[in-house]
Amino acid sequence: VDYSPFLGIEKGAVLQEARVFNDPQLDPRRCSQVITKLLYLLNQGETFTKVEATEVFFAVTKLFQSRDMGLRRMVYVIIKELSPSADEVIIVTSSLMKDMTSKTDMYRANAIRVLCRITDGTLLTQIERYLKQAIVDKNPVVASAALVSGIHLLQTNPEIVKRWSNEVQEAVQSRAALVQFHALALLHQIRQNDRLAVNKLVSSLTRGSVRSPLAQCLLIRYTSQVIRESTNDTQTGDRPFYDFLEGCLRHKAEMVIFEAARAITELNGVTSRELTPAITVLQLFLSSSKPVLRFAAVRTLNKVAMSHPTAVTNCNIDMESLISDQNRSIATLAITTLLKTGNESSVDRLMKQITNFMSDIADEFKIVVVDAIRSLCLKFPLKHRSLMNFLSNILREEGGFEYKKAIVDSIVILIRDIPEAKESGLLHLCEFIEDCEFTYLSTQILHFLGIEGPKTSDPSKYIRYIYNRVHLENATVRAGAVSTLAKFGAMVDGLKPRIFVLLRRCLFDNDDEVRDRATLYLNTLGGDGAVVETDEGVKEFLFGSLDVPLVNLENSLKNYDPSEKAFDINSVPKDVKIQPLAEKKATSKKPTGLGAPPPGPPSTVDAYEKLLSSIPEFASFGKLFKSSAPVELTEAETEYAVNVVKHIFDGHVVFQYNCSNTIPEQLLENVTVIVDASEAEEFAEVYSKPLRQLPYDSPGQTFVAFEKPEGVSAVGKFSNMLRFIVKEVDPSTGEVEDDGVEDEYQLEDLELVAADYMLKVGVSNFRNAWESMGVDFEHVDEYGLGPRDSLAEAVNAVINLLGMQPCEGTEVVPPNSRSHTCLLSGVYIGNVKVLVRLQFGLDGPKDVAMKLAVRSEDETVSDAIHEIVASG
Amino acid sequence: ELCPTIKNILLLDSEGKRIAVKYYSDDWPTNAAKEAFEKAVFTKTQKTNARTEAEITMFDNYIVVYKFVQDLHFFVTGGENENEIILATVLQGFFDAVGLLLRGTEDKKEALENLDLILLCLDEIVDGGIILETDANVIAGKVDSHSMDAGAPLSEQTITQALATAREHLTRSLLK
Repeated sequence: VDYSPFLGIEKGAVLQEARVFNDPQLDPRRCSQVITKLLYLLNQGETFTKVEATEVFFAVTKLFQSRDMGLRRMVYVIIKELSPSADEVIIVTSSLMKDMTSKTDMYRANAIRVLCRITDGTLLTQIERYLKQAIVDKNPVVASAALVSGIHLLQTNPEIVKRWSNEVQEAVQSRAALVQFHALALLHQIRQNDRLAVNKLVSSLTRGSVRSPLAQCLLIRYTSQVIRESTNDTQTGDRPFYDFLEGCLRHKAEMVIFEAARAITELNGVTSRELTPAITVLQLFLSSSKPVLRFAAVRTLNKVAMSHPTAVTNCNIDMESLISDQNRSIATLAITTLLKTGNESSVDRLMKQITNFMSDIADEFKIVVVDAIRSLCLKFPLKHRSLMNFLSNILREEGGFEYKKAIVDSIVILIRDIPEAKESGLLHLCEFIEDCEFTYLSTQILHFLGIEGPKTSDPSKYIRYIYNRVHLENATVRAGAVSTLAKFGAMVDGLKPRIFVLLRRCLFDNDDEVRDRATLYLNTLGGDGAVVETDEGVKEFLFGSLDVPLVNLENSLKNYDPSEKAFDINSVPKDVKIQPLAEKKATSKKPTGLGAPPPGPPSTVDAYEKLLSSIPEFASFGKLFKSSAPVELTEAETEYAVNVVKHIFDGHVVFQYNCSNTIPEQLLENVTVIVDASEAEEFAEVYSKPLRQLPYDSPGQTFVAFEKPEGVSAVGKFSNMLRFIVKEVDPSTGEVEDDGVEDEYQLEDLELVAADYMLKVGVSNFRNAWESMGVDFEHVDEYGLGPRDSLAEAVNAVINLLGMQPCEGTEVVPPNSRSHTCLLSGVYIGNVKVLVRLQFGLDGPKDVAMKLAVRSEDETVSDAIHEIVASG
Repeated sequence: ELCPTIKNILLLDSEGKRIAVKYYSDDWPTNAAKEAFEKAVFTKTQKTNARTEAEITMFDNYIVVYKFVQDLHFFVTGGENENEIILATVLQGFFDAVGLLLRGTEDKKEALENLDLILLCLDEIVDGGIILETDANVIAGKVDSHSMDAGAPLSEQTITQALATAREHLTRSLLK
């Protein structure tokens, strides 16, 4: 029998026992035992009621009377676990403050950790002095306790912790490894919003010696961040701090070597020359006796293989031996890496190895393998037969929804992209829905069959599979099958009579939706079951795309009031909603396969182009040159939120005002922006497109277009007034009052600046580009920029003024430098390439002087760039 | 967040039951969520041989490193982007410190009898997700540095003796 000292332990009894805390003569050993029991209960997931917790807490505070160190340690731990409320905290504050100033290091360190954990901030100013002292305490445990507490407190009380910078900076120099680590972490968090300070911190520490491996790992992370934020161009290999990362590959601690190797592989646009030393150390890890090292290395190489497959091929032999690794995670990663780097001749051998091992790995690994096989098949379409067979085999085996979906998605993509794989792929899918437990997958496959099946050489062979669904499945799948049948009937005239027979049988289905669909199709397909062509208009009506975003349609339908007037699909706004930032970030998880729109999703520029070209008045403006990022014209959290995108054409500009209405009780109609261009003399308003309706929480756009002299970078200031008719809405019923009131809402001014006419376009090798551009239209001049905060600030200001792309990381100014050269490239309106070389120098203590050299394909453009700087 | 972060440290028995666990992340807000995680981790790893070298697995976007001795299963969890070797270093520190504190008798019975030491050990390794210390000798030394009250019974005195070497290491490493 399992013996346990806690056998039969019971909360009530332990709470009773806790009364010993109140004894006048404390027995430290017994008290410790009771605390251990309480902690055991909490650890097992037992909860104390508020009353119980308070009672225990008050009893525990009595234990500060004991001078027993062991007991005191347990008291610290249980106070943290009980997480007392604010009024309870007051009871222990003075005891803890006393411990904080004790001569015993252990008391000081722990009291700091406890107090900082439970305090709500009001106490903090009282103890701040002690914490600052503790940070530079000669005992490393005390210093670390204060620093780590600082890291936690920074979240809640940043303004206080930021005052400790000097002490923290001193602690970074500590000889104790972990103090250095904790100090560095805190210092960076204090400064993280100050790019310049972080730059400075990184460049001074990368030169010095950091003792602790953990601190060194931190430094590598900070360095990568600095590199990430500073460079966009990497072709020349002059990446700042690369040497530091490479040097870390020779560090004696494995965690540092690995951190550096991983950082190098994750550099933006990493070159194969930069990758080589990192791959070499990772390759060594692959044959380590430690599973953790093998895993870390193979996981990193797996990621590298996605973007730089050839860089990883050197490791293929080591990878192959990992297929039989005891650790299945390592084996899976090795296999998928090989699938990414392998060549056509190795496919069959790999597939054999994989088949053996699929059965003993978990679904999530199988999904990874399936994804890898899909990409392999797209890479080597000639191998589609064996790869498609593999997919259909695993589709028949046991597996959860996500796994099955991954397989189905892969087959769908292969059918789309490899014409030879279509027929066999469709049949595999048909067989799958014969025995598919997932409604979602069945309906998606039926929909897909309806699109692809009729286009095959023998569409009739799919009908049986589809009609079987009508017998055997739930209503959702049956309805899907009815629609798919109708599609075959509409597209393949010869099948129409048979389809009509089948659809008629569906009229007796016990589900409304299934019957309705069948009725609709029987009445619209036409010909009454004869072999006749289906009318194009009918096809378009039944199966054509709606040409409006579904979200908008949904909104309009919700707002539609059933009445005499039929719902008009033309009233649905076609404008694409502006995605909030958070959604954009999540684009890494793009839908693929069934859920995805056929071609890749359009980029922002494409989306804007599409949107603008849908407005006939803008058609004559020619090609869109540039669209700016949205500029907010309202404060956050106002009634109406408006931002504007500036679209630049050769002879026109269009302002796209994205408006949203945040008041549920209002409907805005006929929304326009009245633009006063009196401070933009070269612009003449030519068109204004109002927004018909702006309901609550459903953003829309209004446009104003201006004519401007062609090819000229005219600048100016525009003041904006939102004008609209406001109607009251009853938010509970959605009922809108008939009468509206005209109203106006002042927006912020908008400026069109020179940078709006410049596209950020990098060059891969600036020197080559500069030489080949030649001196024909070079224009060089010198400027005084007056006193500036720093050289870096001046460099930034000029870059922003010109709106050009910094090259080769030259926008980063090393700290304490007296001069700096910055290289920029871009394309100016009229599609003129422009290269700029800026040389900055400090003239006296603060005064910055600049030499500006511009080369371009057009003399007037070179002059225009100088004009921008001269007037900026 | 760039600082290495520990999501949880678990010490389970050979049936996956809790001996001592500590969560530093809100990813598992309820006890049920915690138990579900522990069950998943345990089932996933129980058949592996993690007795000579620490093993590693990845699931639900977490990296879990683990090592077993007798009927004790040690786990350390980090986020999917965490440096695996840092997690393994924390695991090794915990594993070896418990070994020192249990004087080589590393099994569930001994662990439960010295649960106070194990809880203190967890308290010394990580604070709110941030790594405090990874050197087993230092960790064990800090845990034990207090149990020297005069009235300590025999069993605790033997711990003290067993840790004499550990403390020597501690002072030496602090004087370095």
